[in-house]
Amino acid sequence: MDYLSLFVKSIFVENMIFAYFLGMCSYLAVSKNVKTAVGLGIAVTFVLVVTLPINYLLENYVLKANALVEGVDLSFLSFILFIAVIAGIVQLVEMVVEKFSPSLYASLGIFLPLIAVNCAIMGGSLFMQQKEFVNVGEATTYAFGSGIGWLLAIVGLAAIREKMAYSDVPAPLRGLGITFIVVGLMAMAFMCFSGLNI
Amino acid sequence: MSQLFSKKNREIFKAPLGIDNPVTVQVLGICSALAVTSKLEPAIVMGLSVTVIVAFANVIISLIRKTIPNRIRIIVQLVVVAALVTVVSEILKAYAFDVSKQLSVYIGLIITNCILMGRLEAFAMANGPWESFLDGVGNGLSYAKILVIVGFFRELFGAGELLGFKVIPESFYELGYMNNGLMVMPPMALILCACIIWYQRSKHKELQEN
Repeated sequence: MDYLSLFVKSIFVENMIFAYFLGMCSYLAVSKNVKTAVGLGIAVTFVLVVTLPINYLLENYVLKANALVEGVDLSFLSFILFIAVIAGIVQLVEMVVEKFSPSLYASLGIFLPLIAVNCAIMGGSLFMQQKEFVNVGEATTYAFGSGIGWLLAIVGLAAIREKMAYSDVPAPLRGLGITFIVVGLMAMAFMCFSGLNI
Repeated sequence: MSQLFSKKNREIFKAPLGIDNPVTVQVLGICSALAVTSKLEPAIVMGLSVTVIVAFANVIISLIRKTIPNRIRIIVQLVVVAALVTVVSEILKAYAFDVSKQLSVYIGLIITNCILMGRLEAFAMANGPWESFLDGVGNGLSYAKILVIVGFFRELFGAGELLGFKVIPESFYELGYMNNGLMVMPPMALILCACIIWYQRSKHKELQEN
């Protein structure tokens, strides 16, 4: 598959938020202002790009049937191994960022531990398992595209919510309720991209 | 026996089912709640799987809570949950293959379901096994409740079916009634969920935000 097409497709058509609802919890919780939303979006993209190729290699050279030892299928271990890789990488990234770039750590710091339990990261690895990419390059492109799509979605929602602070919403819908409706409308808008082909 | 079902324990079980619903009030576990509800059957299976996993993860973490070093507790919790999810996923593959195909990646995503981490952190780390079990079952069932409500409406209006059986009679279609195809698409899941929140918050004024 063409890299560009895969990239565009994973941003718009198969958007993590609007098509699969992945990472919804932190998406709703951290989208109150644009600045923090950008921070979390970048952190998610970064962790996706790092973990997905690692999990891809694990999947193809360790877990798949006949990959490690002839006649042994370890694919039932994939959940545990994937989540261990993600939790480990997140811990590692946190330590490296803290050591080498304290300013970045100060802006991302609070979000990094949250990312280990972000569905978007685990979801990326599980979709990778389903899609059966041909090589690491494709897996990385998919990870980068999905991350950018997530970033786009959270920044968009944060911008709308900042404006919405001035509007008169019915009391029972205030806060969570209206956010759900806004996300629903954004998802409808993104449905226009389905069938997009490059 | 009476001690096992004391007033406090019944309260632990009942609180999430009523006012403290994990999905609509605490905003946990939204991802899977929306994604698997385009039909009723996967919604029920998903709800039950999560209930079982939360209950047992709660018990296990509660039993070993005093031996877990604080710094690595998230990883320990994740591994316990991942092991339980693997068991459930294998069971589903063996006995309900069609449903497990429909649920696809979302069974694996129970691992990162925030309800689990939330309950483990907030409840099981500080309470005994039996209370944790009740808390897990209560939260799991209230999660399942939202899934079933959303799944019911989406399948009814989206496909005119419930659990795969036609419920809207042929004569309606002859009169010009049409299935609303948008209901089975992702956006309507969000809007239905918003309607549930709307209903719940207009009944319980104390939940409203300003």
